[in-house]
Amino acid sequence: MTLRNGWRRGLILLRQSFANGAEIFSHVLWPALMVGAVVALRGREFGAFSLGALAVPSILGMNAAFGMISLSQQLTADREDGTLLRARATPHGMPAYLIGTLLLVGGGLLADLVIFLVPAALLVPGLVTGGWPAVIGLLALAMVATLPLGIVLGAAFGSARGQSLLTLPILGVVAISGIFYPLAALPGWLQAVAQVFPFYWLGLGMRAALLPDAAVVVEIGDSGRHLETLGVLGAWAVAGLLLAPPVLRRMARRESGSLVAARRDRALQRVG
Amino acid sequence: MTTTVIDVDGIRMRYGATEVLHDVTFQVGAGETVALLGPNGAGKTTTIEILEGFRRRTAGRVAVLGTDPFLGGDDWRARVGIVLQSWRDHAKWRVRELLAHLAGYYPRPWPVDPLLAAVGLTDQAGQKIRTLSGGQRRRLDVAIGVVGRPDVLFLDEPTAGFDPVARREFHDLVAGLETTVLLTTHDLDEAARLADRIVILDQGRVVASGSPDRLAQSIVGADEVRWRVGDARFTRSTPDSTAFVRDLFATHGAALADLEVRRASLEATYLTLVRKAEVTR
Repeated sequence: MTLRNGWRRGLILLRQSFANGAEIFSHVLWPALMVGAVVALRGREFGAFSLGALAVPSILGMNAAFGMISLSQQLTADREDGTLLRARATPHGMPAYLIGTLLLVGGGLLADLVIFLVPAALLVPGLVTGGWPAVIGLLALAMVATLPLGIVLGAAFGSARGQSLLTLPILGVVAISGIFYPLAALPGWLQAVAQVFPFYWLGLGMRAALLPDAAVVVEIGDSGRHLETLGVLGAWAVAGLLLAPPVLRRMARRESGSLVAARRDRALQRVG
Repeated sequence: MTTTVIDVDGIRMRYGATEVLHDVTFQVGAGETVALLGPNGAGKTTTIEILEGFRRRTAGRVAVLGTDPFLGGDDWRARVGIVLQSWRDHAKWRVRELLAHLAGYYPRPWPVDPLLAAVGLTDQAGQKIRTLSGGQRRRLDVAIGVVGRPDVLFLDEPTAGFDPVARREFHDLVAGLETTVLLTTHDLDEAARLADRIVILDQGRVVASGSPDRLAQSIVGADEVRWRVGDARFTRSTPDSTAFVRDLFATHGAALADLEVRRASLEATYLTLVRKAEVTR
């Protein structure tokens, strides 16, 4: 029953997230800008390769990791408007809430990636076509590695204000993660920092899957480092999966009607 | 009182150094509607949140349907309905969609369409929840609160911010519920209209409890009787106005005029109590 309720909840939420022009626009805008960017870059050369072709898998990897941010924001919004408390007041409500929200964020993410990837793959030459199974596998790993982290971040940075503070360092890490230019071109200490976080490894994995083998010369050590990719992403996945359930339980346990009311009053004060 | 649904025994609640509940004790029996009445800051919301299982008390014993609410599992949750002051969740959902979805979490829910009709939202069934008025939204919250046929329903300040018409419609809706109800309110008329019994909280203590009539009698203790004999006017306070008036007739017979009996009112009771509590504080 919980699975069915969570599944239904996810489908309703997903449908709502594509229900009107404004929602669809917000789904299409970012991928469309990215398609524009890679198309503009396809003529520029980096070594023997088109910069556009290098950017397509990198952007794919980056966006896969952005599910973490949208989940964390969704959680914050649901906490502020009482959705989380409603889930807590309903029998078996929390697991169904979690399943539904993961479906919403995961499904929205996949849709955004498809909206980006299909035109990009058609318009940008130089991608290999045999890499799709690896891309799908990597996307699955990306979600397992990043979505639980999104829950932890959403619980830790509770307010909408906290969330906007959080976005800055994440964008900073993305900027040094070899998405827009190769990591090998950065100073050594920045390379080290970038390799701690999942963004770099997702980009690397996507490049390994979608670019010709010869392209590894742009990577550190001239290698796709498949095992390291799996290892680092797997470690983030384990850490997230271990942390997320107790953090979420703790966050839900602290919710009450007067807290939701107090947040509403603060929000109204900000507006008024 | 048949079976006790809510049993609160000596609960205390402390936030840091501030004690907001001191030794609150009361019971609610099956089928009763009880109002927790008190001025703002009396501890009503804290009390009801403890009973809803959202807050852990500092000390004392609480049982709702025989279970400690803070430890209540999903089976317990399924028997408890909750209506908060400030739900504004699921704003993008449509009315019927949300009610039908939430009904799916309960073992034997009410059918959705009759329930929508009962709360007067049939015409709004396809509307997005954020487009509802305050009164409509609260009626939807009540529908969600009872969709699982709960054995007990908690309503926290259910009519705060309502206009008189919405308030009246809401009272009719609550009066028609066939379940045990505990509601908080700072509105005396609301408590008197809805509740079989009133528990008055002030400064984190129960200062009185009983039926609206009994409360009025026991606290103020006296009705006011006014009459005229010839040109002389009289006013007297008496605990038993009926017997007093009988004596008046026996004494004055037809000379008795302009007889008026004012029952001890709940409002007077309430004000007396709150004033008393403020003096002793």
